[in-house]
Amino acid sequence: MSRWLARIAATVRRIIGAPDYATYLAHHRACHPGRAPMDEATFVAERLSARYERPGSRCC
Amino acid sequence: MNPTLPMAGRVGYDKGVLPPLPIRPMPRWVSALIWAVVSLVGAGALAVLALSRGETINAAWLLTAAVCTYAIGYRFYSKILAAKVFALDSQRMTTAELRADGRDFVPTNRWIVFGHHFAAIAGPGPLVGPTLAAQFGFLPGALWIIVGVVIGGAVQDMVILCASVRRNGKSLGQMAKDEIGPVAGFTALVAVLGIMIILISVLALIVVKALAESPWGVVTVGLTIPIAMLMGVYLKYWRPGRVLEVSALGILLLFVALYAGRFAAEHPTLGPLFTLAPVPLAFAVMVYGFAAAVMPVWLLLAPRDYLSAFVKIGVVVALAAGILIVLPPLQMPAVTPFIDGTGPVFAGKVFPFVFITIACGAISGFHALIASGTTPKLLENEADARMIGYGAMLTESLVATMALIAACVLTPGIYFAINAPAGIIGTTAESAAQVIATWGFTLRPEELTALAAQVEESSLLSRTGGAPSLAVGMAKIFSDAIGGSAMGLWYHFALMFEALFILTTLDAGTRVGRFMLQDLGKHLWAPFGRVSWYPAVLLSSGLFVGCWGYFLYQGVTDPLGGINSLWPLFGIANQLLATVALCVGTTIIIKMGKARYAWITVVPMAWLVIVTMTAGWMKLHDPNPKIGFIAHAYWVQGFLDAGTLPPGVANAAAAARLIFNDRLDAGVAAFFLVAVLVILAASAREWWSVLSGRTPLRSTETPHIIRGTTIPEPSASYID
Repeated sequence: MSRWLARIAATVRRIIGAPDYATYLAHHRACHPGRAPMDEATFVAERLSARYERPGSRCC
Repeated sequence: MNPTLPMAGRVGYDKGVLPPLPIRPMPRWVSALIWAVVSLVGAGALAVLALSRGETINAAWLLTAAVCTYAIGYRFYSKILAAKVFALDSQRMTTAELRADGRDFVPTNRWIVFGHHFAAIAGPGPLVGPTLAAQFGFLPGALWIIVGVVIGGAVQDMVILCASVRRNGKSLGQMAKDEIGPVAGFTALVAVLGIMIILISVLALIVVKALAESPWGVVTVGLTIPIAMLMGVYLKYWRPGRVLEVSALGILLLFVALYAGRFAAEHPTLGPLFTLAPVPLAFAVMVYGFAAAVMPVWLLLAPRDYLSAFVKIGVVVALAAGILIVLPPLQMPAVTPFIDGTGPVFAGKVFPFVFITIACGAISGFHALIASGTTPKLLENEADARMIGYGAMLTESLVATMALIAACVLTPGIYFAINAPAGIIGTTAESAAQVIATWGFTLRPEELTALAAQVEESSLLSRTGGAPSLAVGMAKIFSDAIGGSAMGLWYHFALMFEALFILTTLDAGTRVGRFMLQDLGKHLWAPFGRVSWYPAVLLSSGLFVGCWGYFLYQGVTDPLGGINSLWPLFGIANQLLATVALCVGTTIIIKMGKARYAWITVVPMAWLVIVTMTAGWMKLHDPNPKIGFIAHAYWVQGFLDAGTLPPGVANAAAAARLIFNDRLDAGVAAFFLVAVLVILAASAREWWSVLSGRTPLRSTETPHIIRGTTIPEPSASYID
């Protein structure tokens, strides 16, 4: 049950485009094991500023 | 590269590789039979729509015609794009896999990408356009929405998405520059900036028109700003990362805001305090846009976006359910006499104006920015581009169809009383009833006052802009679906939903506009481009808000209501961007060596060029002052020369400003026309050059790597 809820939550978070720290961490651990990943606050700040600088994120 | 890594692309995505399910293919004859039935039902429904005259018909026919056409378009037309033009290969590694970085490039399940893409493309456009176009009757708008999306809009979105996926998620502007040439690229960039200005000003105008003189609306919509900020603080300091928890809280607070608005409107001192005239409201919206562009994104923009995404998807689903439960009859006739261009909502004949009034929902150039923005970096399989590019646009078209239904459940008398400016129908229910009777529709004055009382507004007369009439239509559907009560709450809920939509586009758009201005301006003065240097930030934000604020102010003070001049400009601009996207798509198809399929993008492109050129030319040169900007300037000048003033204008200074605005609008329309011609000429030159063999065919796609055959090197673009 709780695994299902977590899955649904992850799906909804991705749909609304919220920063997905878990995915980033998993990627980072697998691909760059030697280096330290960003902490969550830095990651969130970096994602948000990237999202709101591009014209390709919103429509009429 | 880590040698133990089996599948670079799958990292960070927990699904793993599943074996294909053993589905037995449907026998050919069963499939043929099903599609024959879908075609017949769709054709029958379209025939009922087209041939009904004089009696009201049920919305179910319109929905059936739309859904059957979409199904056929998806099954057969998008298949040509997927199989013949792009030959989408489900084994080919996508850019998300090749460049996976856990941030922008993340291979994602197609349903999630579909939801994300749909939430990004669906905005207020598909709601407002069909509502305004309902003045021609339901048929012209419905046909353009249904046919336009299958042949035009969905094709554009899918072609740009496929092109971008195979080019590392490049943006439309970048592709225009790389595929067509630097002139086209630069023109596209400037055009996007111009379109943003017009888009934001017209959306802001709609909000102002909807909230003016409505204390309930002002308080409810105003409260969404502190709600978003509270959510931002909650996410930043109290419980970081709990997006869903905070969104649930936010949605709960939205309902509190709805009731707070009613409380304030009925309060003896708060009510008059929040009853605002259009001009102060316009300035309030400008201040809001400026604040959103300079404040940290976590405080306002991001939480508002989450809230808006939930409300958006929720309301779209609720509206669909409501329409299915109620199955309302369409009160508007199939075709009204206003197809001759004398309509009160906006001037101009059905051709070309229905095609620019309804942009989003049929074809919207803005989608090309999204299909070449975030979405291509998420595809885990390029075959998903069909469902996401073509399918999401069909869904948006369905939203437009539902908006058209919501506008047409109102009787024509009520619809025109809400949507026609006071300059035409006067300021009392009686005068409106008289004018509307001369158009051949009936409106009993007490019917209008009763409806206004039901939705708890002081008046519904001349609430132009489309949002109020759509809100009344939606309130009617929602309230009928649950047994016919609480119209006031539903009306203000619908209004809040529209305003939330619009303000999220407005604030994010202003911020993006600021970055685009800084990017352009840095070539003139380098420090202007520094994105975190406060003087440059304030200056660029102020400049951008000033640009759209000017058009907003012009619209608010326009005696004809502003929508009449600004919405066509927005439509032309949006269709211009679609023309750019289709030019890029055609160029890419030709350079792939698939010139024999180029008609698939050339047909909608040619239609848009005809439509934008005709409409733009009419807005410039039509001798009728209601249509042509220049003719309108002369018309006002005529009054001044005679020593009088045109109706609705207070003094000579206001008249002079009106003349200036006409010339400005004419200049903007001329700019858009020239931009279409420049990009078309540049593209045609490139096509000719490729087709005649002077330029060799050369693919700009990234290499075709089959999944599992090679372990690709980590991408060079990875920045840590």
